[in-house]
Amino acid sequence: MSALPAYASTGQRAWHYSFRIICGLIFFFLIFPILVILPLSFNAQNFFTFTPEMLTLDPAGYSLKHYEDFFTNPDWQQALTNSFAIAPVATLLATSFGTLAAIGLSQSHVPYRSAIMAILISPMIVPLIISAAGMYFFYSRIGLQGTYLGVVLAHAALGTPFVIITVTATLVGFDRSLVRAAASLGANPVTTFFKVQMPLIVPGVVSGALFAFITSFDEVVVVLFLGSAGQKTLPWQMFTGLREQISPTILAVASLMVAISIILLTVLELLRRRSERLRGLTPS
Amino acid sequence: MNMHPQSDPQVLTTRDGTPLKVSLAKALRREKLRSLALIAPLLIFILVTFAAPIADMLLRSVENGIVENTLPKTVNALSGWDVTSSQLPGEPVYKALYEDLKVATAEKTHTRLGSRLNYEASGMSSLFRKTGRRIKRMDEAGPFAEQFIDIDKDWGDLATWRLLKRYSPKYTPGYFLNAADAQLTADGIAMKPENERIYLLLFARTLFLSLTITLCCLLLGYPIAFLLASLPLRSANLLMILVLLPFWTSLLVRTSAWKVLLQQEGVINDFLVWIGVIGDASRLVMINNKTGTIIAMTHILLPFMILPLFSVMKTISPSYVRAAKSLGATDWTAFWRVYFPQTVPGIGAGAILVFILAIGYYITPELVGGTDGIFISNRIAYHISSSLNWGLAAALGVILLGAVLLLFYVYDKIVGIDNVKLG
Repeated sequence: MSALPAYASTGQRAWHYSFRIICGLIFFFLIFPILVILPLSFNAQNFFTFTPEMLTLDPAGYSLKHYEDFFTNPDWQQALTNSFAIAPVATLLATSFGTLAAIGLSQSHVPYRSAIMAILISPMIVPLIISAAGMYFFYSRIGLQGTYLGVVLAHAALGTPFVIITVTATLVGFDRSLVRAAASLGANPVTTFFKVQMPLIVPGVVSGALFAFITSFDEVVVVLFLGSAGQKTLPWQMFTGLREQISPTILAVASLMVAISIILLTVLELLRRRSERLRGLTPS
Repeated sequence: MNMHPQSDPQVLTTRDGTPLKVSLAKALRREKLRSLALIAPLLIFILVTFAAPIADMLLRSVENGIVENTLPKTVNALSGWDVTSSQLPGEPVYKALYEDLKVATAEKTHTRLGSRLNYEASGMSSLFRKTGRRIKRMDEAGPFAEQFIDIDKDWGDLATWRLLKRYSPKYTPGYFLNAADAQLTADGIAMKPENERIYLLLFARTLFLSLTITLCCLLLGYPIAFLLASLPLRSANLLMILVLLPFWTSLLVRTSAWKVLLQQEGVINDFLVWIGVIGDASRLVMINNKTGTIIAMTHILLPFMILPLFSVMKTISPSYVRAAKSLGATDWTAFWRVYFPQTVPGIGAGAILVFILAIGYYITPELVGGTDGIFISNRIAYHISSSLNWGLAAALGVILLGAVLLLFYVYDKIVGIDNVKLG
């Protein structure tokens, strides 16, 4: 498919180009909905569609008022604060527990490894609505429903599978003889961990942490059930806004979130390259 | 090796004299313990914050302690009454009911029991409310049966007592039967009347929509994965960004985008009117129905199809297709008979993944699905937060969970949990 050979028949040529057009249309389908909200978020009117002024590129058709609204409206600001109060703590919990467990799981002799793995991965497999229902029932029994702690614990649980998967992936390329070499040179296990193992698996840990962060930051189903008004997060506020059709401020928030995802995507790509480079250095 | 004269010459030992076997076993045990110690914190954390809630849900789907807890003496007295008899229970049962209801009214638990039983037969809630209001005015000396029937003639109805008797055990299949549009009657399990059946239809619709979405994802994802796998690495990586950006963008952002695009005053309709394909009066209804759910969810789940397909296609050597062509196969035959069969594992993995994710979706159907584009998850949410019928919500959840776990078992057989890759 890469390039058409010189002897290609007309039919092959036609198919080659129409296939490219089909793929182009599918890419358009993938990316257009995300790109279309960016200009719409600068709409001067309270509409969810392009106004005639916008289409003629008249500056009067554009404004920053939805962004202004987002940064001044107490509801949105409270939601933003809540999101940033919940996500980092959940990420910290998920990353520290998850990294330790991934290291434990990567040892050569782990009893009941597949059973343990199944339990640890389960928060990723079980549909969110079921996790939310179960947590709602159980947390209201033990008084955690509607509390900050409850939401943080739930989000941490949902984020751990991602940490385990990414850290395990980096540990697969980890050369165990490095640990033995450190030990033979007199390092104790703790020194070995921080000086030898940690720097090598750090890309996996960081990308796991990013996954855990985005899981919590984007999560809406569980917080919808577990949280009370005091834990209203950004996605929750967006959900309510979308259901009740309040204002195009949602589009401004959405555009900001697209920017965040672009940053995250870049960081992850850089990490992946670094990890590959580091692993290329280790003899295997 | 045998430097120590005091040990048996036949057994290898370490320097301090312990047999090598013992020493190795000890080291192995230590290693096992160390790995378990590393895993333990997370395992306990997940068991408490995640597994316990799921177990609690399983329990709630069959739990029915409320009848026995609210009416302990009545349940006890009823144990002697035959549910198939055509006689009302005797005076002692009514007396027990009076004593129980007096306590229940004081603690205001009788209304809760009423709403619980109302799930099984309508009219129970009002019966308990009415009885609760009048209970204080009853004559403590009896006769109780007459007084109860005087308050509400339902107490003289065999059906009421049969219902109480049927739901007096601590555990009940009632919620599951409800979830399958069936009910417990005097003659055993029977389907509900035609016009009250909703869940089977909803399950069927969930399956149908999930299958449609999976199929759409496959149709759109296959060409993209094929293109990405056949392009040189540099351009493939660039195009990959177009797949990964939606993957990384918040679900709510993408759902709001579709809401903006699909609504009747939205971008797509405006565009179609502008180019003159449709009239201003006949704008397409693409949201708050099945179409909206299918379009938005196909977009949201498409990356989950492309990524596994891509990773399988990348490993397929181009020389097979070249060999087929050199042997005289046409382009189509080479693709269909040689290339396509090798991509089947990728299709399986992607399709099951998309299907698993689709079947439990809640947010997108809730926002763009209207009434006929919603899933079983929306009904679960409704029962948790609006109708407060938690038992039924739990039963529906357990059924859905069972389906997902079964599918995941298949996924594990095809792909393996350890091969789950991200990004």
